[in-house]
Amino acid sequence: MNPTLRTALRGATLPALVLGAWWAVFHFGWTDTKLFVPPSEVWDTAVRLTANGYLWTSLQASLGRFLAGFVIGAVTGTAVGTALGLSRLFEKVVAPSLHTVKQVSLLAWIPLISVWFGLGDPAKIAFLSLAAFFPVALNTFEGIRSVPRELIEVARVFAFSRTQLLRRVVLPAALPSIFTGIYLGLLYAWLATLGAEYLLTSGSGIGNLLTDGREHFWMDQVLLGVVIVGLVGFVINLVATRLEARSLAWRGKSTAQF
Amino acid sequence: MAHAGTLEIRNLHKQYQVKGEPLPVLQDISLSIRPGEFVSIVGTSGCGKSTLLRLVIGLEADYKGEILLDGKRIVGTSLDRGIVFQEHRLFPWLDVRHNVAIGLLNAPGTEASKAKAVQEHIDLVGLKGFETAYPHQLSGGMSQRVAIARALVNRPEVLLLDEPFGALDALTRGHLQAELERIWRTEGITAILVTHDVEEAVYLGDRVVVMQPRPGRIKRIVDVPLPRTRDRGTAKFAAIKDDVLGEFGEAPRPALVSLPPAPRALADWHFAW
Repeated sequence: MNPTLRTALRGATLPALVLGAWWAVFHFGWTDTKLFVPPSEVWDTAVRLTANGYLWTSLQASLGRFLAGFVIGAVTGTAVGTALGLSRLFEKVVAPSLHTVKQVSLLAWIPLISVWFGLGDPAKIAFLSLAAFFPVALNTFEGIRSVPRELIEVARVFAFSRTQLLRRVVLPAALPSIFTGIYLGLLYAWLATLGAEYLLTSGSGIGNLLTDGREHFWMDQVLLGVVIVGLVGFVINLVATRLEARSLAWRGKSTAQF
Repeated sequence: MAHAGTLEIRNLHKQYQVKGEPLPVLQDISLSIRPGEFVSIVGTSGCGKSTLLRLVIGLEADYKGEILLDGKRIVGTSLDRGIVFQEHRLFPWLDVRHNVAIGLLNAPGTEASKAKAVQEHIDLVGLKGFETAYPHQLSGGMSQRVAIARALVNRPEVLLLDEPFGALDALTRGHLQAELERIWRTEGITAILVTHDVEEAVYLGDRVVVMQPRPGRIKRIVDVPLPRTRDRGTAKFAAIKDDVLGEFGEAPRPALVSLPPAPRALADWHFAW
């Protein structure tokens, strides 16, 4: 059997078992709880909500703000992290504040953000950017700062210009760490998407689909939401790992496996 | 063949500041190296031999005295001086060919002539066929060969070697010493080898400079008037080696010097959720 397929099958074992158990619990009538529904009902709901477009609208809204927030956070994060890594002065001025601000729980920003930006998309995107910003900024900074001094000396021996040093030594050496930051940024942004939709309840999204389901006690819709959140997270993880493995083939291994 | 440089070191003094106290590292070093000569420098750790090499390559500054290459005072690093470090220091994201080509990044010449020089030097160090291998795929000895090719590719006047084989196993080391001698003769350049291996120093050097620590200074310079390629098994070789080893008889024990710790980066952040 081809090794990729074998790995994929091994990874699928546990979810398959859980699904089987879930099905069995209802099929053999081991419970009559109203707090849980059989998988078939979740599937029916999925089909129904896909047909009437509700699922697609929600997913689109969530993914749209996830991407917008992530891009804003990652771009500013990379810029700030690079500036911190390259300029001692900038580091001295900015790092202590950044250090302090990052200790503030992301959720503590919600009241402030909702006052400033309301409960709509701008507020959610601001919150997402913040979630993506910190891991990207700090890992970029860390990556640039930990470029081995030995390699910088090699660059000096061969009379590299500052641009050559940055492009040919600092950037490639910092890249693994920058990737870790981006990877974490993606993850946090997706988690924050749900958080934002849950706490800033206006508009549509997967988070709203979940809230909606809970309020009407539609457990099938809640469970469907959970499954979709998990699937999107899985795809994000897959894309990030692939991207990293391709860009950093020279290391012969990937580190972005949390 | 490259132009071989004449290196002249006159009354060189160097000191570091450790906790506000001056710590002399090198004291009154004077050494004249003829073009094409191979000079070995031996000494125990802490005798400043690596610092001496870092001064000559231009990675350290702030010294008293003079370091002249072909009569001109050296300023900073330059392509006319090449170096091989104890660690290979290859760029892990570049394959062998591109690692060697790094040496030519700022050298004059067309792309074609550079590509030719790179290939010649890969062949010179015996790595033909490994052009597209990455450092993590190479053994320690092979990596050090790449480092030698990288140091030589822009045809420096002086090649500096800072314990280049120190981290290799004995068999590989012996093999690379013979290779280094062959390469040095092919290129005809001036070479300075820093080592703590007396046999290596005698095998390769026209002269062996013995240094002693605290502060680092030259204790004695031993001529090695043996024909090349040298045979480690002869009585003459053994006699010179014993002569050099004799200089280490009453070396005092080095005291531990603690350097100030490096500034800590934002390494330990935690994400507050």
